[in-house]
Amino acid sequence: MTSELNRMTIAEARDGLARREFSALELTRACLEQIKLVDPKINAFITVCAREALEQAAAADRRLAAGDAPALCGIPLAIKDIYATRGVRTTCASKMLENFVPPFDATVIARLREAGAVFIGKANMDEFAMGSSTENSAFGVTRNPHNVERVPGGSSGGSAAAVAADECLGALGTDTGGSIRLPAAFCGVAGIKPTYSRVSRYGVIAYASSLDQVGPFAKTVRDAAILLRTLAGHDPHDSTCSARPVPDYESALTGDVRGMRIGVPKEYFVAGMEPQVETAIRDALASYERLGAKLVEISLPHTEYAIAAYYIVATAEASANLARYDGIRYGLRVDADNTGELYNRTRAAGFGAEVKRRIMLGTFVLSAGYYDAYYLKGQKVRTLIRGDFDRAFERCDVIATPVAPTTAFKIGEKMADPLQMYLSDIFTISVNLAGLPGLSIPCGFDRDGLPIGLQLIGEPFAEETILRAGDAFERTGAVKRRAAIL
Amino acid sequence: MINSIGPPGMRLSVMADSKISVEQVRHVARLARLELSAADEAALQANLSEILQYIDQLNRLDTSAVAPTAQVGEAGAPMREDVVANRPDPEAMLANAPARAGHLFKVPRIIE
Repeated sequence: MTSELNRMTIAEARDGLARREFSALELTRACLEQIKLVDPKINAFITVCAREALEQAAAADRRLAAGDAPALCGIPLAIKDIYATRGVRTTCASKMLENFVPPFDATVIARLREAGAVFIGKANMDEFAMGSSTENSAFGVTRNPHNVERVPGGSSGGSAAAVAADECLGALGTDTGGSIRLPAAFCGVAGIKPTYSRVSRYGVIAYASSLDQVGPFAKTVRDAAILLRTLAGHDPHDSTCSARPVPDYESALTGDVRGMRIGVPKEYFVAGMEPQVETAIRDALASYERLGAKLVEISLPHTEYAIAAYYIVATAEASANLARYDGIRYGLRVDADNTGELYNRTRAAGFGAEVKRRIMLGTFVLSAGYYDAYYLKGQKVRTLIRGDFDRAFERCDVIATPVAPTTAFKIGEKMADPLQMYLSDIFTISVNLAGLPGLSIPCGFDRDGLPIGLQLIGEPFAEETILRAGDAFERTGAVKRRAAIL
Repeated sequence: MINSIGPPGMRLSVMADSKISVEQVRHVARLARLELSAADEAALQANLSEILQYIDQLNRLDTSAVAPTAQVGEAGAPMREDVVANRPDPEAMLANAPARAGHLFKVPRIIE
C-alpha cells in the first residue's frame, strides 16, 4: 500500500491522512521515491526539495496529530519554477536566474504553506514561460510521461508531467496563452486557468502582465477545485487581484449539468484538426447531451486572429517586464567596462533564443513608427475577440472546444519553426485575451495512447460552472485516468 | 534586395519575404539592450519577418471604430494608505547581487 500512496488523488490522501491510515511523511517519501525512479526519464523537475519537503511533511504530521489540519495538510505539490519560494532557488528555467534565491514567498506559495502543503520540488518549464513544449528550458527538455519521445506541452510542462507521472499529487502552473491547459491536455491531467485577476500574481515572475494567471494541475477536477479554493482571493500586493469572495469550489461539484447550455464554436472545428481529436471531442459532447445538457452552435468569428493579436500584446508586455534583467541587483552578470555593455552582454548570455525573439518582437511593435500599426492594432483586435465571447455567452453557459488540434507532438518537431510552435495555442489563446476561466480535462486517448484534452470555457468568475461541467464528465467514467507508462 | 526603414503601410520598397531589415534588427536590439551576433541578426531577421507577415492578417479587419483593450480585469486600481507594508532586510536584498561593496550594489564606473 505505502508504495502506491503517490498515485492517490488529493481528496483520497486528505481522507487517508485524516483517518491516520498513513502519515504525511510516508506520503511525501512515496513521491520522492517515484521522483528518484522516473524523473531521470522525464526531467520534470529543475530542483527537488527533498530535505525541505520531509521537514514540511513532519510538521504536517504534528498538525494532524494535534487535530489542527488545514485544507492541504501534508499534500505534496510540484511548483512551477516561476514562483518565488523563500530560500529555494527559483530559475524560471533561465540561465539568467540560475542562482537566484528569492528572499520572499509568492502570495500563493505563502497561502499553500499556511494550508499545510508540502513542496516537493520546482518544476521545469519553458524559459520565462515562453513556449508550448517545455523545450525552451536552460535545464533540459521535459518528456511526456505517456511517451518520452513526445513533448509534455508548455510552458508548464514539468508541472503537468510530474502530476501525470505520480511524482506529486498536484502542481502549480501559470497560463498566459495556454501554458496550463495545453500541458494538461498533452499529459492527460486536469488543469484550470482561472479568470484574470482571480488569483494573486505577487511573486510570480512576470511574462505578460495583462494575460498571466496562476492555476493548478491535478489528477481530477475535484482536486483542481480543492487547490483553487486555497489559491484564489484578494491580495493587497497585487493591485489587479479581485476582492470578490472565493466560493467553495468543491461544493459546486454536484454532477448535475441538466439544462446547462454548452456552446460549440464552429470556428474550432476546422481543417488541420486530427480526426481522432475531433472524434474524442464529439464523443464528449454527446456524453453531455446524455447528462441532460443542451448543445448550442455558436460563433467566435475572430478566432483566427487571436494568435496574431496575442503575439503583439504578449511580446510587447514581455519586452517591458524583462527589461529588469540587467545584471545589477540579482541574476547573471557578464562584466564589461561600462554599464551599457554590461547590460547588452548580460542579456545576450542570460536569455535563450525564444526569449530574445519575443523581446525583439515586443520591442519592435512598441517602437516609434510601429506602435499604432502593431501594438494599438493588436489591442483593438483584442476588443473584438472579447466581444465575440460576450455575444456567445448570451446563448450558452459554457463553451466546449478541443484544447489543441493535435495530441502531443514529437520532441524537436517544431523547434526550427517558431510560428508553427505558436500555432499550437490556437484554441487556448483567445481565452487569455478575453480574461476568461478555462478548464482542460482529459476526454480520451488517440491510437498511440496519447491523451486528448477537452477545454471548457466560462464567463468571468464562473469557475464553479466549468468545474461542475468538468467533474460531471469525469464522473461518467468515459475516460479512465491512465497511469503513464514509465 | 531593397530594404527600407519606413512606416508600415509604406512597404513599397520592401520585398514580401523581408518585413524587417537587418538595420532594423540592429536598431531594435539596441533598444532592447541585446548584443547580437551576425548569425543571431540573420536568424531574427528571418523569424521576425515571417511572424510580422503572419501578423499582417490583422489588417483585414477594419478597427477604425474599435476601442483598444489594455486590461481585462475589474475596473479601477485600488487605493491604499501610503505606508510601508514590508521591511526588506538589506542583507537578504543584497544576497543575490552579482557584485557588491558593503551594503551597495557594485557597477562599472559611470563617470570618468
